[in-house]
Amino acid sequence: MINSARQRVLDLEKLAEESQFLEKPTSVWRNALRRLLRRKIAIAGLIIIGFWLLVAIFAPLIATHDPNRGLLGQPGITRRDPPCIYALGCSTEKPQHILGLDGNARDEFSRIVYGTRISLTIGLTTVTVAVLVGAALGAMAGYWGGWVDNVIMRIADVVLGFPALLLAIAIVAVLGPGLRNALLAIAIVTIPQYARVMRASVLQIKELDFVAASRALGASSWRILFGRVVPNALTPLVVLGTLGIASAILEAAGLGFLGVGAQPPSPEWGTMLSEERNQLFSAPHLVFFPGLAIMLVVLGFNLLGDGLRDALDPRLND
Amino acid sequence: MVSFISRRLLFTIPVLLGIVVVVFLLVRSIPGDPCTAMLGERATQAACDAFNAANGLNEPIPVQLGIFLGNLVQFDLGESIRFSRPVSQMLIERMPMTIELSAAAFIIALLVGVPLGILAAMRHNTKTDVATMAVANVGVSMPVFWLGLMLAYLFALLLKDTPFSLPPSGRLSAGVSPIPFYEVWGRSVDPASAWAPVYEFLSNFYIFNCLITGQWEILLDAIKHLILPALALATIPLSIIARITRSSLLEVLGSDYVRTARSKGARERRVVSRHALRNALLPVVTIGGLQMGGLLGGAVLTESVFSLAGVGRALVEAIFSRDYPVIQGFTVIVAAGYVLVNLAVDLSYAYLDPRIRLE
Repeated sequence: MINSARQRVLDLEKLAEESQFLEKPTSVWRNALRRLLRRKIAIAGLIIIGFWLLVAIFAPLIATHDPNRGLLGQPGITRRDPPCIYALGCSTEKPQHILGLDGNARDEFSRIVYGTRISLTIGLTTVTVAVLVGAALGAMAGYWGGWVDNVIMRIADVVLGFPALLLAIAIVAVLGPGLRNALLAIAIVTIPQYARVMRASVLQIKELDFVAASRALGASSWRILFGRVVPNALTPLVVLGTLGIASAILEAAGLGFLGVGAQPPSPEWGTMLSEERNQLFSAPHLVFFPGLAIMLVVLGFNLLGDGLRDALDPRLND
Repeated sequence: MVSFISRRLLFTIPVLLGIVVVVFLLVRSIPGDPCTAMLGERATQAACDAFNAANGLNEPIPVQLGIFLGNLVQFDLGESIRFSRPVSQMLIERMPMTIELSAAAFIIALLVGVPLGILAAMRHNTKTDVATMAVANVGVSMPVFWLGLMLAYLFALLLKDTPFSLPPSGRLSAGVSPIPFYEVWGRSVDPASAWAPVYEFLSNFYIFNCLITGQWEILLDAIKHLILPALALATIPLSIIARITRSSLLEVLGSDYVRTARSKGARERRVVSRHALRNALLPVVTIGGLQMGGLLGGAVLTESVFSLAGVGRALVEAIFSRDYPVIQGFTVIVAAGYVLVNLAVDLSYAYLDPRIRLE
C-alpha cells in the first residue's frame, strides 16, 4: 500500500522531470503560430494571400500587356472583346486576351494583375495607419482614464455613430475624390474600432501584478504603457487588423464603385467595375473578373483573420 | 431597468449632438461653394450674394449652426438648394424605400443565417459544417455591388424568359403606382394638417401600403423588384449571422448543463431547441443588431446598383452637387437612426441576458 503510493509519487516526479525536458518554454507568439499552421482555414488564407502577394510583386512579368495602353487600331481589336484563349478554342486569327478587353480596348487581365498592387496597398496602409493611431489613442484612454479617456472615447462614439461607408464618402467629399483621400477616409473611420479594443485590453492588463511591479521599480508611465502594457495587449488587435484589411479593401472598392475612390485610368478593381457597369448585359466579363478578384483577396484576409482568432484565443489553448 | 434605459437614452444625446456638429462642420469644409455648384462657374458676384442670402449662407458659421440646431429641434431640415424642396419632404419620399430594403435584407439574413448556423453546429466537423462555413466565408468577402450586378445579370438576362425572371432596376414596373391607403379608404387628408406628412410617409412603404389595401398585383410587382437588391444586401449580414450562430451554439453545446440534458436521455434535437438555442442566440442578437445598422451603409451601394431612389443614393448625389441642407439633413437622420438601432440592441441584450449588470 505504502509502496504503491510511494511508487506513484516517484512516477509523477519522473514524469515532471521528463516533461520539463520535453516541453521547452515557448512564447505566446510561437505557440500561436504553431496552432495557426495546424488550422486548414488559416493555411487556405495564407495561400490565397501569398498568391496575390506574388502577383503584386511580379506584376510586370505576369501582365501580358501595358495595363494603361489602349490597343484600338491594331488588327482584330474591338472595344470590350470577350475573353479569347487559344487553348480553349478561340480562333488563332484573333489576338489572345485571356480576360478580354475593356471599354478603352485595354487588356483586362493586365489591368487586374496591376490592380493587385493597388488593393494590397490599400489594405495594408489603411490598417497600419488606423492600428497605429487607434492603438495609441486606446492605450492612453485605457491607461490614464479620467478626462483623457472621456474625450477620446466620446469622439470615438461619435465616429462610430455613422455607418462607416457613409462617413468615408463624406470625408472623401471634403478632401476631394482620389485614392489617397479614400485611404485616409477609410483609416479615419476605422480608428475608433482599434482604439476601443486596445482600451479594453489595457484596462485588463494594467491591473496585473507585473505592471504593478514595474511601477514599484519606478518606471515612468509612458514606459510602462508602451513597454509593458501595450505589447501584451496586441493579440486582439492582430486579429482585428487582419479582418480590417479585408474590409478596408472592400470599402475602398465601394468608394471606387461610387466614383469617389481611385480615379480612372487607375486599374483599381472597384473603379474598373464601375466604369463598365452599364455594359453589364453586353460585356459581363468586365464586371465579373474585377469583382471576382476583389472577392478572392478579401477572402484570403478573412480566412487568415478567422484562423488567427482561433489560434490566439487562450480559451482554445491546447 | 427604467433607470438603465433612461440613463442610456441620456447618454445618446451628446453622441447625437456630436454627430450633428461633425456633419455640419464636415459639410461646410467641402471645397467649392454651393453657389458656383448651383449657378455655374460663371455666376456673377451679385448673383452669388443673392443666392447666399436666400439660403442663409452669408451668416457666420456659428450662427448657421445655431439656426440649424434650432430648426432641427422642430424637425425643419431646411430646403434643398438643388431641388428647392424641403429636405424633410425628400426624406418622406425616400426613407421608406431604404427602410423597406434594409428590413427585407435583415429578415432574409435572419431566416437563412440562423438555421444555417444551427445546421453547421449540429453537424460539427462534418462536410455539411465545412461547406456551410466555406459559403459563409465567401459571403462576407463579396462586394455588395458586384453581387448585385451578378444577380441582375443572372435573373434579368440569363433567366429572362423563365418564370424566375426578375427586374434588374427600379422599385416598380413603369407606369405602376400604388394608390395610397388613405385614398383607398376614402379618407381625405388636408395637405396642411400636421398628419399629412405622416400619412404620406406610411403610404410610401409600398409593400405595407399594398398589403393593407389589398392591391395584390402591385404588391407582387413591388416584391419582385425588391428581391434582388434585398438578396445582395443580405449576403454579408447573413454570413456573419450564420458564423456567430454556429460558434455560439458550439460553445453552449459544450457546457455542463447541456451535458446534463443529454445524459437525461433527451434527443439531440430537443437538447438544441429547448436547452441550448436560447442561450446561444444572445450574441446573435448583438451582432444582428450591429449588422442592421451596417445595412444602411450597404444600402448606398445597393441603391446605386439597382437604381433605387432611396436615402443612400440621394445622399451621394447631394455630396456631388454640394447640396448642403440635403447632406446635413440626410446624414443626421441616418446617423440618428443608426445610434437608436444600436441603443435598442444594447437594451434588448441587457433584457435578454440577466447576467449583464445594469449598473
